[in-house]
Amino acid sequence: MSIVVYVEQSAGKIKKTSLEAVSYGFALAAKTGEGEVIAVALGSLAADELAAIGEAGAAKVLHISDERLNAGVIQAHASAVAQAFESTGATTLILAKSSLGDAVAARLAIKLHAGLVSNVVELPRLEGGFVVKRSIYTGKAFADTTITTSKKILAIKKNAVDQKLDGTKAKVESFSATISESDFASKITATERATGEVLLPEADIVVSGGRGMKGPENWGMLVDLANTLGAATGCSKPVSDIGWRPHHEHVGQTGVKVAPTLYIAIGISGAIQHLAGVNSSKCIVVINKDPEAPFFKAADYGIVGDAFEIVPQLTAALKAAY
Amino acid sequence: MKILVCITHVPDTTSKIQFTANNTKFDSTGVQFIIGPYDDYALARAVELRDQTGGTLTALNVGEAETEQTLRKALAIGADDAIRVNSFPKDSFFVAQQIAHFAKEGGYELILMGRESIDFNGGMVHGMVGELLGMPSFSPVMKLELEGTTVKMAREIEGGKEHLEGKLPLIAGCQEPIAEWKIPNMRGIMSARTKPLVVVEPVSQETQAEASSYQLPPAKGSVKLVDKDQVSELVRLLKNEAKVL
Repeated sequence: MSIVVYVEQSAGKIKKTSLEAVSYGFALAAKTGEGEVIAVALGSLAADELAAIGEAGAAKVLHISDERLNAGVIQAHASAVAQAFESTGATTLILAKSSLGDAVAARLAIKLHAGLVSNVVELPRLEGGFVVKRSIYTGKAFADTTITTSKKILAIKKNAVDQKLDGTKAKVESFSATISESDFASKITATERATGEVLLPEADIVVSGGRGMKGPENWGMLVDLANTLGAATGCSKPVSDIGWRPHHEHVGQTGVKVAPTLYIAIGISGAIQHLAGVNSSKCIVVINKDPEAPFFKAADYGIVGDAFEIVPQLTAALKAAY
Repeated sequence: MKILVCITHVPDTTSKIQFTANNTKFDSTGVQFIIGPYDDYALARAVELRDQTGGTLTALNVGEAETEQTLRKALAIGADDAIRVNSFPKDSFFVAQQIAHFAKEGGYELILMGRESIDFNGGMVHGMVGELLGMPSFSPVMKLELEGTTVKMAREIEGGKEHLEGKLPLIAGCQEPIAEWKIPNMRGIMSARTKPLVVVEPVSQETQAEASSYQLPPAKGSVKLVDKDQVSELVRLLKNEAKVL
């Protein structure tokens, strides 16, 4: 039996987190010995972009080309994906956690009467039931969760599996979904999005600054470092509260929770609420002039010293090394 | 207008997380419980909207008897009455069914809650309630204004925000900066003691994905410090030792 993966697009490109979800589906299919991965993609997308989903592990792509679905209209996406899913006869649906993915997953759970687990961090265990490991208490613990329904939905956290890159092109089929007007009743009237940047929740490397940066005018050196690394920029809560940086860059308990490969914290003391947003990072580097900063206890590597001297040196050293 | 705010009873954000009974139960020893921080934003905005519309505001929690202190705090902050659905909140689906049932029974037009609970972090209950009731549901909502039956919202998305317009009835999962947290004053605390708090039994016991056991992450090794005059050594370590570059 197949595994279905709901993939999201942003301006005509399939999101990287969605490609990771496809690879998760591929790994799960290999583990269960169950068939192939069918991706479901919505809205206007070029044929090449759709076929390329195959490189991440999909054998087939069901494309619902309705251009009203280019925007993330939650109810309409849920209706469209539910129909595509049912048409395949599959019992497992995978998607990447995101602001749209979460909202769509919750509605799908009810529509499909499927048990839903979010923040999934690895492949399920299949001995003695379908047991999924999820991150809880904002990354401070994990729970093994048994899904008891025949249909299952997993919303996976970033870096749950490595993205597969060596698959072959997928077969693309168009799928026509019937979506009622009422699913489009709530309108998206405007979208503000930072352009040309790596998006924080999806970034492999994050460079974050705290109050130790002393003011928004000093962010240029962090941006230089981030650009050198192909990283996203983040910040601590006080920095976003004072308005030095926009709210969508706030990393922490009540902001964005990140799970990058590398997190570089500069001038951030490491309050427990900030650590809650970064504790899923694979490697943490802390640069702080205070050797007693609690963040050092949560770090893999650290430099005690003045960020204003170290950050430009680090950028230069990285440029020299690459 | 009738507004419902759903709140969670969760460990304070600074709590040390530990488990007991062979890792099958949360260890609440020495833990202080609070209204979930996101729910606190939802509650604060709900109080403002109740005052703006001259309606009523009900706080609801699915939880056992010990959560009443948290519901009383919601009453002290400004809710008019409270409902406790008397059960451990077993999973998102279980909680969503209870909320959907009592929301429908009470005829609430606006249902607010936090974007997610800070214990299980699922962030799924608002969407499930929306689908169960056939209502639109949005999350994470950082701005919500009422103009008659029109609801104008801003929803945080990756790297920005989306402005939305919908109609009542509607559900929103809230986060900052939708409103400033409200701290109960003495008058609020006194009046909360006598405001109605009804206890109802769950309408369904059905669950789909219950947690069965818990684990803590492996202990972190100690930090490797690099001298501030050897910044290129950090690059070497990240590349060759941590293999993250």
